[in-house]
Amino acid sequence: MGEMEQMKKEAEALKTQIEAARKAVHDTDMASAAAGVAPAPQVQLKTRKTLKGHLAKIYAMHWSTDNRLMVSASQDGKLLIWDSHSGNKVNAVPLKSSWVMTCAYAPSGNLVASGGLDNMCTVYNLKTPVIKTVKELDAHTGYLSCARFLSDTEILTSSGDTTCALWDLETGKQKTVFLNHVGDCMCLSLSPDMNSFVSGACDSLAKLWDVRDGQCKQTFQGHTSDINAISFIPSGNAIITGSDDCTCKMYDIRADQEVICYQDAALNSGVTSLALSTSGRLIFAGYDDFNCNIWDSLKGEKVGVLSGHDNRVSCTGVPEDGMCVCTGSWDSFLKIWN
Amino acid sequence: MSSKMQSSNNIAQARRTVQQLRVEANIERIKVSKASADLMNYCSEHAKYDPLLMGIPASENPFKDRKPCTIL
Repeated sequence: MGEMEQMKKEAEALKTQIEAARKAVHDTDMASAAAGVAPAPQVQLKTRKTLKGHLAKIYAMHWSTDNRLMVSASQDGKLLIWDSHSGNKVNAVPLKSSWVMTCAYAPSGNLVASGGLDNMCTVYNLKTPVIKTVKELDAHTGYLSCARFLSDTEILTSSGDTTCALWDLETGKQKTVFLNHVGDCMCLSLSPDMNSFVSGACDSLAKLWDVRDGQCKQTFQGHTSDINAISFIPSGNAIITGSDDCTCKMYDIRADQEVICYQDAALNSGVTSLALSTSGRLIFAGYDDFNCNIWDSLKGEKVGVLSGHDNRVSCTGVPEDGMCVCTGSWDSFLKIWN
Repeated sequence: MSSKMQSSNNIAQARRTVQQLRVEANIERIKVSKASADLMNYCSEHAKYDPLLMGIPASENPFKDRKPCTIL
């Protein structure tokens, strides 16, 4: 038997082994296990602020760790920094390329980053007298879909070139490249302990990676289309994904499998974004149908909806203190709800 | 690309695939019942500190517009 044939056989055998191992621990699913848990209250949130200022579709937003400032990115070619309490714009950062797809706030509050169809991640210093570009991270060969700072010296990116990368912000070079997806990487989420992250891609898979050694540790299957949104739950033991297949799923890391699917026959729009409340009980998922649906993460039931945008909800975010949820839309507005 | 190079690329790719599957096959897995129980415990322990779940009194809501009072 040629080596190729041998390896195909071994690959099939390993896949069968993995499925069997997952089945062996599948003694229940999340919804059944949570049958005795009191339902989450029906959640009725009001729009407290509508942030007007962008002139085109909003593609991304990210909260600062101070729970007050946030950055948003629009294809009007600007990043806007907002004071969410007053609704005022604190800063505007003009972008070299208006085709922006992601933005990020560094935990320190000193830096923000953006990227998109220019294939680059540009990092800006907000604390210099005039906002300065401090680095242009240029090595991806496809669009930049998501960026997240680990600190002022390291940033993670995901790209349409199917890779993710960890960059050193002092040298501007990639320290580690994460190779394994076979479709555009669309999103990433850092674990609470920052030792690992998960990525979602157009190959309909979510993957768990070790930040330091670049190794893909686990692969989560189940979605039948692009995964556009991904987030660790606050305990770090599970992840939530949102997909163009119109569902969200929870995958448990230690059980290595899907444990619940958030879906509704009436919902036939793709999921664009998601964010969790601080206890992990509520999932805020933005959809192409202009709404943000609220799911009970344990029981898999819809417990509310945020309606108010006049176009696709493209991004959602909950600040660290959990005091509100922000939605951003192609209608050019951001809304703060609680 | 010569067909020899192409087939050695394919073999290299196949080796990487098998190597990756070996890593993924060898992890320890816990029972879904245990995983679910841990998740439910986490949610219930943190529920009381979750403002979006518990609701926020108007006086403590930094996003609520303070309407000016009119003395009639």
